[in-house]
Amino acid sequence: MSAADRREAVGNATRGLSYEEPLVFERSRRGRTGYSLPALDVPAVDPAACLSAQAIRDGIPGLPELSEIDVVRHFTRLSTWNAAVDLGLYPLGSCTMKYNPKLNERAARLPGFANAHPMQPEALQQGFLELCFELERQLAVVTGMDEVTLQPAAGAQGELAGVMMIRAYHEQRGERRTRVLVPDSAHGTNPASAALNAYQIVAVPSGSDGLLHAEAVARVMSEDVAALMITNPSTLGLFEEEIVAICEIVHARGGLVYGDGANLNALLGIARPGDLGIDVMHLNLHKTFSTPHGGGGPGSGPVGVKSPLAPYLPTPVVRRREGGRFALDRDLPHSIGRLHGSFGNVGMFVRAFAYLRSLGPEGLRRCAEMAVLNANYLLARLRGTYHVPYDRLVMHEFVLSDRNLADTGVTTLDVAKRLIDYGYHPPTVYFPLIVHGALMIEPTESESLEGLDRFADALLAIAAEAREDPDLVRTAPHHTRRSRLDETRAARHPVLRWQPLK
Amino acid sequence: MAEYDIPEDLVYSRDDEWARAEGARVVVGVTDYAQKQLGDIVYVELPAVGTTIHQGDVFGVIESVKAVSDLYAPVSGEVVEINPELARRPETVNEDCYGDGWMIALVVEDPAEVDDLLDAAAYAKHIEERSE
Amino acid sequence: MRYIPHTEEDVARMLDAIGVDSVEALFEPVPAKLRLRQALELPPALSEQELLAELGALAARNAHTGTHEWFLGAGTYAHFTPSAVDALVSRSEFTTSYTPYQPEISQGTLQAVFEWQTMITGLTGLEVANASLYDGASAAAEGALMAMRTTRRSRVVLSAGLHPHYRAVVRTYLAGLGAEIALAPRGPDGRSAPLAPLVDAATACVVLQQPAFLGCIEDVAAAAEATRRHDARLVVVVNEALSLALLRAPGDQGADIACGEAQSFGVPMGLGGPHLGFLATRQRFVRQLPGRLVGETVDTEGRRGFVLTLSTREQHIRRERATSNICTNQGLCLLMATVYLSLLGPVGLRRLAEQNLAKAEYAKARVRATPGLDLPLAAPTFNEFVVRVPDSGAGALARARERGIIGGLDLEPFAPELGPAVLVCTTELSRRDAIDRLVAALAGRPA
Repeated sequence: MSAADRREAVGNATRGLSYEEPLVFERSRRGRTGYSLPALDVPAVDPAACLSAQAIRDGIPGLPELSEIDVVRHFTRLSTWNAAVDLGLYPLGSCTMKYNPKLNERAARLPGFANAHPMQPEALQQGFLELCFELERQLAVVTGMDEVTLQPAAGAQGELAGVMMIRAYHEQRGERRTRVLVPDSAHGTNPASAALNAYQIVAVPSGSDGLLHAEAVARVMSEDVAALMITNPSTLGLFEEEIVAICEIVHARGGLVYGDGANLNALLGIARPGDLGIDVMHLNLHKTFSTPHGGGGPGSGPVGVKSPLAPYLPTPVVRRREGGRFALDRDLPHSIGRLHGSFGNVGMFVRAFAYLRSLGPEGLRRCAEMAVLNANYLLARLRGTYHVPYDRLVMHEFVLSDRNLADTGVTTLDVAKRLIDYGYHPPTVYFPLIVHGALMIEPTESESLEGLDRFADALLAIAAEAREDPDLVRTAPHHTRRSRLDETRAARHPVLRWQPLK
Repeated sequence: MAEYDIPEDLVYSRDDEWARAEGARVVVGVTDYAQKQLGDIVYVELPAVGTTIHQGDVFGVIESVKAVSDLYAPVSGEVVEINPELARRPETVNEDCYGDGWMIALVVEDPAEVDDLLDAAAYAKHIEERSE
Repeated sequence: MRYIPHTEEDVARMLDAIGVDSVEALFEPVPAKLRLRQALELPPALSEQELLAELGALAARNAHTGTHEWFLGAGTYAHFTPSAVDALVSRSEFTTSYTPYQPEISQGTLQAVFEWQTMITGLTGLEVANASLYDGASAAAEGALMAMRTTRRSRVVLSAGLHPHYRAVVRTYLAGLGAEIALAPRGPDGRSAPLAPLVDAATACVVLQQPAFLGCIEDVAAAAEATRRHDARLVVVVNEALSLALLRAPGDQGADIACGEAQSFGVPMGLGGPHLGFLATRQRFVRQLPGRLVGETVDTEGRRGFVLTLSTREQHIRRERATSNICTNQGLCLLMATVYLSLLGPVGLRRLAEQNLAKAEYAKARVRATPGLDLPLAAPTFNEFVVRVPDSGAGALARARERGIIGGLDLEPFAPELGPAVLVCTTELSRRDAIDRLVAALAGRPA
């Protein structure tokens, strides 16, 4: 056997402790068990006798038979295939991948939160109701809004709720408005949420400076426009300097302004969306408020409103009654109704509450300050090498493009993949759409100076590689257990589940 | 415009469709510029035979891995044939967008609508203007 | 502050590199008159030790399965979760990872989701499942919306057995789209009255919950027949996912879409969230599925791997023409369920379901044998059923509470026509002596 062969597969490990791991079904062995059930202390029943025979299924396909250690090894090994914030920097623009405190996990697992039921009597869930009430109040203070609902399970559901409340508001006034204004730099959930309310989307172009301008809004604003949806800071990481004037233009024609709060991290303790003219906005607890991303959720998307929209809040609402008791108010005749089967992603409320209490007002402001400092520092290190389409003081994130690399044939995608070899999850790529080859970078306040320097060094090294050895960059990543995956094949011939070989 | 193939004998819409008259029928597809912009095509949704469409209407959808685009009718008419190959091999559009990658054939109501379309030179200019 | 690493020295060096002389100066693009002059009116920061004490005090004011015997179901179920679930899910490579948009460094998440998708298709008897939705209620709404999209019709029939909160959520989602909602009545035995008279050529779907909110097992095949006549879709909604281990799969009975709540598979009750919505359907509707999908493919070396796919359905590409606006889903809860189902397997899950059924049948027998109580609904049930009590649901449950038991759900706000009644759920956690004490308490008899 050659040395090369000897270096290759040893058992099912291909690189020492780096494991190739098959699907859980491929590990299945008939008769293996990973569970324990107590003996039945009541008489056993024959299901076919209680229900009818045709009501019962024969067996359950699609589930493996495994021992507990099979399962533990399988998922432990799978976990080693993931990047994670706890491993390294995730500079994803508009995602705010900040550190997820472990205290928050401990808090959420307290039995009084984890093992309680949403429909248990109110008198026996006072601790929970108080936490909700207090969290709502604190989020209202942070955002400058009057009331907050915690019910939406994610930012997108929060947007849906916000646009529904806007629709209800206009309907109550007997107005039939059919359009919603959305900047061309907006996140895709914005127009999708508006469309789910049967609104027509009117795109508002950004100026050449990347900002939304009052005249551009005025040009498309009319009595047929229900709302403008705006993200501030924008998806370019820029503070919308004309926001007050923009909100006034919308309000003057009877419209409302919806704020996408994804980028709130830059404004904590600095400025409040409610003071800028925003009427309704959502927050992302899994961004600004440190709840973990979980590989794709759960998130939480509370919505804050100014008083005129309070009648439309989802039901129920937590109230504090005489004597400090908390109660659920379902008597909301103009509510948009329910969006969630229960109260929303309560586990995330506990985590966000713990985060707010851990930081206090000074800590929150420090988040914004250090997030903005970090972004500007990285920009200072990278400008000159990378093209900066909007070169000025930025907030918590900034956008680069691949224009300076155009003659090398290396694209934003290639730079992103090569960053993986350097140990980083790539930044957001190809968003916002108004920048060709956008690379949107948000370091968050969690990153130290030396961490930022290492990241900047990596990006600079890749820019040099693009000139000296473009092919190396174009075929990256090289050090991962999987190289680039064929997404075309996955879309042309979708295989969306495992099936046993016939 | 060396990088995009724009056959002289076809006419083009501003939405990157081409049309070719074949006697009473007009055959429609998307241009080389369109398929290059979209990337690897993964799915094409076409209307049912017998559908009547009007110039400028959306008649279908074309999807690549990362993008989706509406297909706009360059002329009005009744759909008499759709290309069965595209359901099986959507990549045919990438490989031969003017030939085997054709999409629909229409029987046209008003032949004069073709005059609204661009010739090859005008279409080339249209691409250039958008690339700036 | 331990979450923010910057020292004063770090800050000074960075300001110098940027070319401004203060942190305040970085906020120059924010107009001065908009900047806050005072600190936010929030309570001061607490140390970890103090905060845990405060949170502990809040948590202690909530009843939970450790303080009471538990017989309350109604859409959120008290099951036993094996220890391996939390141990695995707590790994920070799972909790602190992002949505798997960069597949080369997310194969852990992507493979787990592919496994989940497979398991859900097996449990529902359908062909393709998505990577989760927020919860059962929004899944029911998305199922109805999908039926409307695939039929291009806007009339939706909701069965009486749909959880009242789910019904409310479906109404909210459909309200903006001009849909017409018809409510199907309940028959005398607790199951849906025949559905055929309610289905017409304008009907997009019937939404049928299995088992129904009041516990009754519905005739899914009959509902499928009723919808088939007019080419409408049957959407079967599940609250108690464990029922899928015992009852004939919705797909095998003619459902086109099966959706609902998978919280029973290892996800904590958690005061209602985060939970785990699922949705499955037939292959031919795959492009109309909302939410994320993971597909199998190969890398440049031909090695098997997994990626998010058919993304052109979703908001980040399709924007206003998306099948849904959903972005973040319930990823970590999906992982809990996948681990749980891997541990239980087909044999364990079936045995667990049979235990749940046995406990319920025992409880029902005790009810029948106890004067003052009866079972008003004749239809067969799984692990949840209605008990009529002598005085009032509130009174009966108060008696139970005095004996350390959360006895179920007072049905007065939800089904007053049943008279004084309680919805009782028994699971594998319900010990025989607790069941006996519950029955005595509901009847107002000595313990």
